[in-house]
Amino acid sequence: MLEAAPEMDWLDWILLVARVVVVFFAVLISVMLLIWMERKVAADMQTRMGPMRAGPRGVLITLADGIKLFFKEGITPTLADRPVYLLAPVIAMIPAFLAFAVIPFGTGVTLFGRHVPFQIADLNVGILWVLAMGSLMVYGIVLAGWSSGSNYPLLGSIRSTAQMISYEVGMGLALVAVLMYSGSLQMSQIVASQDRVWNAIPQFPAFAIYLIAGLAETNRPPFDLPEAETELVAGYFTEYSGIKFAMFYLGEYVNLVVVSSIAVTLFLGGWRGPHPSFVAWLWPLLWFIAKVVAVVYLYIWVRLTLPRIRYDRLMSFGWKFLIPIGLLWVLATGAVVVLPDVYGKGALLTGALIVVGAILVASLLWPLIAPRRQSAGETPQ
Amino acid sequence: MLAQFLIHPPIQLGPIGPELVLTGTAIVVLLGAAFNPRIGHSTLLLVSLLGLAGAALVSIGLWDWGGELTVLAGMVATDRFAVVARLILLGIAAMGLVYGYHYFRRSGEARAEFYPLVLFATAGMTLIAAAADLILVFLALEILSLSLYVLTGISARLSSVEGSMKYFLLGAFSSAFFLYGVAMAYGATGSTRLSAIAHALAGQTGSLGLALAAVAFLGIGFGFKVAAVPFHMWTPDVYQGAPTPVTAFMAAGTKVAAFAALIRVLETSFQPLTLDWTPLVWTIAAVTVVAGSLIAIAQTDIKRMLAYSSIAHAGFVLIALTAAGQDGISAALFYLLAYALMVLGAFGVVMLVSARGEGRTSLASYAGLYRRSRLLAGLLTLFLLSLAGIPPTAGFIAKVNVFRAAVAAGHWPLVLVGVLASVVAAFFYIRVMVLMYMQEPQDDAEPDRSPWPRVAVAVPAVLTLLFGVFPGIVLGVLDKAAILRW
Amino acid sequence: MAPDQIVFWVFAPVSVGSAVAMLFQRNAIHAALFLIVNFFTLAVFYLVLGAPFLFAVQIIVYAGAIMVLFLFVIMLLGVDREESLVERLRGQRPLAIVLGLGLAAEIFVTARASLGLARGPANFDETVNVGGNAQALSHVLFRDYFLPFEVTSILLIVAAIAAMVLAQRRERTTVEAAGEAEV
Repeated sequence: MLEAAPEMDWLDWILLVARVVVVFFAVLISVMLLIWMERKVAADMQTRMGPMRAGPRGVLITLADGIKLFFKEGITPTLADRPVYLLAPVIAMIPAFLAFAVIPFGTGVTLFGRHVPFQIADLNVGILWVLAMGSLMVYGIVLAGWSSGSNYPLLGSIRSTAQMISYEVGMGLALVAVLMYSGSLQMSQIVASQDRVWNAIPQFPAFAIYLIAGLAETNRPPFDLPEAETELVAGYFTEYSGIKFAMFYLGEYVNLVVVSSIAVTLFLGGWRGPHPSFVAWLWPLLWFIAKVVAVVYLYIWVRLTLPRIRYDRLMSFGWKFLIPIGLLWVLATGAVVVLPDVYGKGALLTGALIVVGAILVASLLWPLIAPRRQSAGETPQ
Repeated sequence: MLAQFLIHPPIQLGPIGPELVLTGTAIVVLLGAAFNPRIGHSTLLLVSLLGLAGAALVSIGLWDWGGELTVLAGMVATDRFAVVARLILLGIAAMGLVYGYHYFRRSGEARAEFYPLVLFATAGMTLIAAAADLILVFLALEILSLSLYVLTGISARLSSVEGSMKYFLLGAFSSAFFLYGVAMAYGATGSTRLSAIAHALAGQTGSLGLALAAVAFLGIGFGFKVAAVPFHMWTPDVYQGAPTPVTAFMAAGTKVAAFAALIRVLETSFQPLTLDWTPLVWTIAAVTVVAGSLIAIAQTDIKRMLAYSSIAHAGFVLIALTAAGQDGISAALFYLLAYALMVLGAFGVVMLVSARGEGRTSLASYAGLYRRSRLLAGLLTLFLLSLAGIPPTAGFIAKVNVFRAAVAAGHWPLVLVGVLASVVAAFFYIRVMVLMYMQEPQDDAEPDRSPWPRVAVAVPAVLTLLFGVFPGIVLGVLDKAAILRW
Repeated sequence: MAPDQIVFWVFAPVSVGSAVAMLFQRNAIHAALFLIVNFFTLAVFYLVLGAPFLFAVQIIVYAGAIMVLFLFVIMLLGVDREESLVERLRGQRPLAIVLGLGLAAEIFVTARASLGLARGPANFDETVNVGGNAQALSHVLFRDYFLPFEVTSILLIVAAIAAMVLAQRRERTTVEAAGEAEV
């Protein structure tokens, strides 16, 4: 924090800048690999090969795509609002990168006699920073849609805004439950609080809400209505091409990495995991990466499995189901956190929490399992 | 760490019991209507009235509160002033609900949201009467205003929507002034608690400019709510545009609530500045009574006329405020009680004369009312006499009390202005009576002949007479309530 | 210069500049964008002043939620065209400028003369932020101000009902009218 700033000498500054640079490039590389991974997984599930030419097993395909996009002609529509049109892709990209500032990737390492944590800034309002950046990401889409001066992007961006704001509420509730359970807003503290059991277990409903809201936040299938090509051509970035399109694309995938990293940090124990005692700094980092890959794989899997949801159902699911469940869960978590302080029944209540969680998950999954009702389901319930 | 949160000054919910009951009832009614859209409105009315009765019982239970002066971290006052103001407000709300039930059923605009909105507005009003912190005053003011904006526009008529929009815009404007005043009070004294402000100002010898600016801005905010000149612009349009039961509820309720809060703010936190704010109130009171009475003469619509009359009445209450202390507060409370009764009654009659919707509110419609309905003509006569301040009605006693308090405080020029304005005002009240008794009906429209609404309108009539003939039965109570404890 | 001062002097011109730019924009969306920039700089000031919680909330609530809804409404209603600025009532504008400036000057003078009759302690930041900013804020919010906090929730319920009533009105009244006719 800034209050601590005066005590920093030049070496600290260099280390800080170095961390920023390293994280930035690590994210870029991870996005490159992520896109490759998505294409490979998709190919695998569809029993085909996927990209094979660029690099070993096609690993450099994203790089090739990027170079292609970079050299494409950038077109600005006549009716576009020029400054906003140019600004929008940048705005879409930056908050995604900024959100990485508070995520702890590992324990840290001692360099030049100083402890260097694998985290850019351990803000004491870390969770809120993540939410703040998430809420800023909407702007890129809104402005892109409006400034393009064309109908499809406008419709796409309006859909997208409504969707992201709605699901942000659900996501926020899931995060509130976690921070209540962990008793801190600080990312490092939340990871530390998971030394015995991952939050994903006692906080399973919150985890489920977070994952679903995460899908909506990243505009990924089955919640990719803003860019539903059958209805809206390509949604908010219909009018974008070349490098500006690449920025949207990049932002979207960075966002996916962010959502997965936060899921890992808040629910899956962050960098924690059993490891041998030699090269102690490396293993947490590997654990973190492995967990992120697992969550990303889950998202890719969902994308390839589920069809796109109709827009009104999407909204009614968000407002009439996800948010009420989230509220109830926050209530339950509050009771569980406060009651033991009053009655001292800690262990008992943890058990009760798991039971309630199981019931809620069952109800969460019930709409998927339940037999469809006769009446074509025009009234979303 | 959590233990810190749990060791807490004990939360005493008793003093906000009436508000809890009211909001609880409102939510029950709301949910009931939401889950069962076919629910009968008589059920909703009944539940709402039960809620009001419950809140009234809880309020009465607070009369002999022996605990702390303020509770909930100094937010809520527990004095008898709050109890009396609440009881008046709850009565107003009950009348408003009964009127509304009848009116909307006949006009075909019945909406289940009417009941919870009235209850929420009432909760805001009662809370404002007990609020001992400027932030709470502001929030309560917003609750009641927001509910009333919507109630004004609850009908689809264009004038209703227009009134709602005007009320909303000017109300938001006045809220900004009020909030600015709160900020200045905080800047000057470092607190928003009324008692803390008073303590900070009491020992002050330096410049009080900021505190005075705070008084001015808060005064503007309250001025809008009580419709004092020159902040009265919204009143005629809103009173005319709103559905008549809403007008009745709003005219009576807002005025009582806002004056209760104004009295509390001026007489507690800015009591050390009494000498500074008295000339301000003096001037506004004089301008208000004169302007309200004069403009009312030119009106041809009875709702507009009553609106200007209510502006003039705000001026009379302000006259009571110039006499600081128990006498002034007691006089103001009695005036507010009497005003609430007569304005509820007068708008009730207006509602019944219009029969259905808002069709007949022009003064011409009152020509020959006596031939159509002796009861309604008689009731309206009584309320108009009371509004004019003619014995043996409560309005007369109220005016006498106000003038006596003001004279005792040495403000006889203001009283002179008030008396002259009353004479002017009597002209247009009597004009309506002349129309009713001495002219032939111009059309053959029938007033509403439903029995129960007539009973409802008769209630304020009986009380107006009762308090006019035997004012002693309430004056004793009001005198006890006129001491603010903080 | 201390780092917080550097931050202040970098962001203060941006803050004032964006506020002024907002006022002079004719395009509603551009004005909204400048307002967002302004909110953002305010958030940074909160951070520098040792209120990280307010910083985050400012971004989440104002920059993130409220302004997005603003943009949303502007886009949906299509009011992103230039407003007509012709006065209907003559002389309103000069009068407003004169009176506004007069009021501002008056407030400035009185505020200067009497600001801070009650002063906070010198080490205000530390005494206020005991146990962390968010924690300290929660103590104030849920102890001293817990009634206003709860009352605000009633205000929000009322606002929600209000929105519903006004939004449903046309549809409902036609339905009711049809029902009347049947009877």
